Amino acid sequence: MDKIRNSSTGIVKKLRAKSYRTTKKTKDFVLGVFIFVVLAGCVYTILAPIIGILSLSFMSTGDLFNPMVFVVPTEPTVYNISNAVRLMDYWPVLLHTLVYSLGMGLLHVLIASFVGYGFARFNFPGKKIIFALVLLTIIVPPQAYMTPLFMHMRFFGPTDINLINSYWSVTILTIVGMGLRSGLFIYIFRQFFKGLPVEINEAASIDGAGAFRTYATIILPNAKPAMITVLLLSLVWHYGDTFYSGMFLRETRFIHVAAQGIFSRYINEQGVAINVGDAEQLIAQMITYAGVLLVIAPMLVIYAFLQRYFIEGIERSGITG
Amino acid sequence: MPKPKTLKKMRMTMRRREMLTGYIFILPIIVGLAFFFFPMIFRVIQYSFHDVEIIIGERYALIPRGLDHYAHAFTVHPTYVQTLTGMLVDMLWNVPLIIFFSLFMAMILNRAFPGRLFVRAMFFLPIVMAVPAIQETLHMVTQMMSEGMVETVADVEANNYFDAASFAYMFIGFGIPYQLIDFIVGAVARLSVIIRSGGVQILIFLAALQAIPRSMYEAAQVEGTTAYESFWKITLPMISPLILTNTVYTIVDMFAQSQPLTMAFDLAFGPGVTNFGLSAVFSLTSTILVTILIVVSGFLISRKVVYLSDKE
Repeated sequence: MDKIRNSSTGIVKKLRAKSYRTTKKTKDFVLGVFIFVVLAGCVYTILAPIIGILSLSFMSTGDLFNPMVFVVPTEPTVYNISNAVRLMDYWPVLLHTLVYSLGMGLLHVLIASFVGYGFARFNFPGKKIIFALVLLTIIVPPQAYMTPLFMHMRFFGPTDINLINSYWSVTILTIVGMGLRSGLFIYIFRQFFKGLPVEINEAASIDGAGAFRTYATIILPNAKPAMITVLLLSLVWHYGDTFYSGMFLRETRFIHVAAQGIFSRYINEQGVAINVGDAEQLIAQMITYAGVLLVIAPMLVIYAFLQRYFIEGIERSGITG
Repeated sequence: MPKPKTLKKMRMTMRRREMLTGYIFILPIIVGLAFFFFPMIFRVIQYSFHDVEIIIGERYALIPRGLDHYAHAFTVHPTYVQTLTGMLVDMLWNVPLIIFFSLFMAMILNRAFPGRLFVRAMFFLPIVMAVPAIQETLHMVTQMMSEGMVETVADVEANNYFDAASFAYMFIGFGIPYQLIDFIVGAVARLSVIIRSGGVQILIFLAALQAIPRSMYEAAQVEGTTAYESFWKITLPMISPLILTNTVYTIVDMFAQSQPLTMAFDLAFGPGVTNFGLSAVFSLTSTILVTILIVVSGFLISRKVVYLSDKE
């Protein structure tokens, strides 16, 4: 449009073109400001709780009561943090939770890639129906049938083995694709494998590789992006999961359980009856906030370094298409 | 001629072998569906008509109760019906808002501007932080504190540390009428939920927007369409299949962390009285309602969905 206007001669038209360009410039500017305000607002909304918890964790009680102090503590203290670390047994509990989450994540990668590959590359009767049922498991969450599931694990198999408070319960569910968001992971892998060129498979079978060898030596090494995405998502979701852990591993002290216990532990430690509004109660609460910070901190660190994999995985191999 | 016959035979066995390998690959999920998913759904229906009692040293017993649990949930229970309708109303409000918001955000993020990657990372952050445990801890702490607590601290619950109260005070400072402030604060409260639960949807829309061929817009521009027209005639139809995906995803996501399911969970595994039968009624009825909602909205949206090719 601009070119057409510019190419035409005549002073009036030139003037008009100039004014058109300036209005376009101001329009762009206003739009830019608008977008900036909207985005800044959104980012602020998302970050506010984190900033809030961060600032509270380092505040002393003096700062808390000082109306002049907003967000940035004037007398920062590590008292809350160090107490939270002590009351939670932070390091062993964190290590244990991370090992559990990582183990479950690896299992998810293994099973979901296996099943997803089956759906993506092979033709067999009933494939569409079975895949629709996989989608159904995404739509109907395990929360819908949690009571029978609990009983199933409480009296597992013909000999009624009690699998509650055993890692086998969650492991078995993950192996059969009924674990934490297994359906979604199968879907992600299936989409990813569908995007891989079929020629890879053909070349492998011409070279005499069987289906399982092809999968293990050719397909999996090529599926690194999807594997990393699923591993990270599964790790993060297991880390914060209260549903499976609250149902099957009720006696395990995961990190969030430890954080929930801070308040009463601190109160008990003080040994005296504490009344509502006492300074001690306030301190206990500050320590709990510090504990919450300690719970989310590892995930924030992981996200800070690996966010590209979370995002690109969903974008590329993910739910689209 | 024997040759075609053997060829045919070989192809048959090859196909059969492919079938067999396919089944082996998806064997885990077949086991899961056949021995976990469907039996569990059957049993949750069964439980809802029974009392479930664990007998020490033996299995558990089902004592038939007919429709008692249903009657209790819908006529006697003080909060269930209210919670259920609350969830549905919340979904009807929030799902369209989340869809519109995430589409809007995806379109903004689709433009090139400095800090684009940072903003995109921020939107996805809530997915990583979707830690129910954190919410629970904070909830518990607030519950433990009584009303008598120092007010400044009572407000400092992680979620509304800045939001509602400080906004309200700021606006009152400007001399804006209270009713308006009320409305704004309400909108802001909903807004923060919408912003925080739009991460995956934004990514999905963003990927869809980037998949639209540029040539389409160029052709439209040559024909003289405005940006407004090309949004309605190109962008929207092209991403319409993903509006469906996103709607389903949003509903499922909201349902998994909804109040009725939490109530069912607490009733079955919480510290108080356990009642598996009533818990089964809670989870079953809410699941049925949400499934109906998904089917209806899926039907309504899919009538408008445009599929260019029949790729899966």
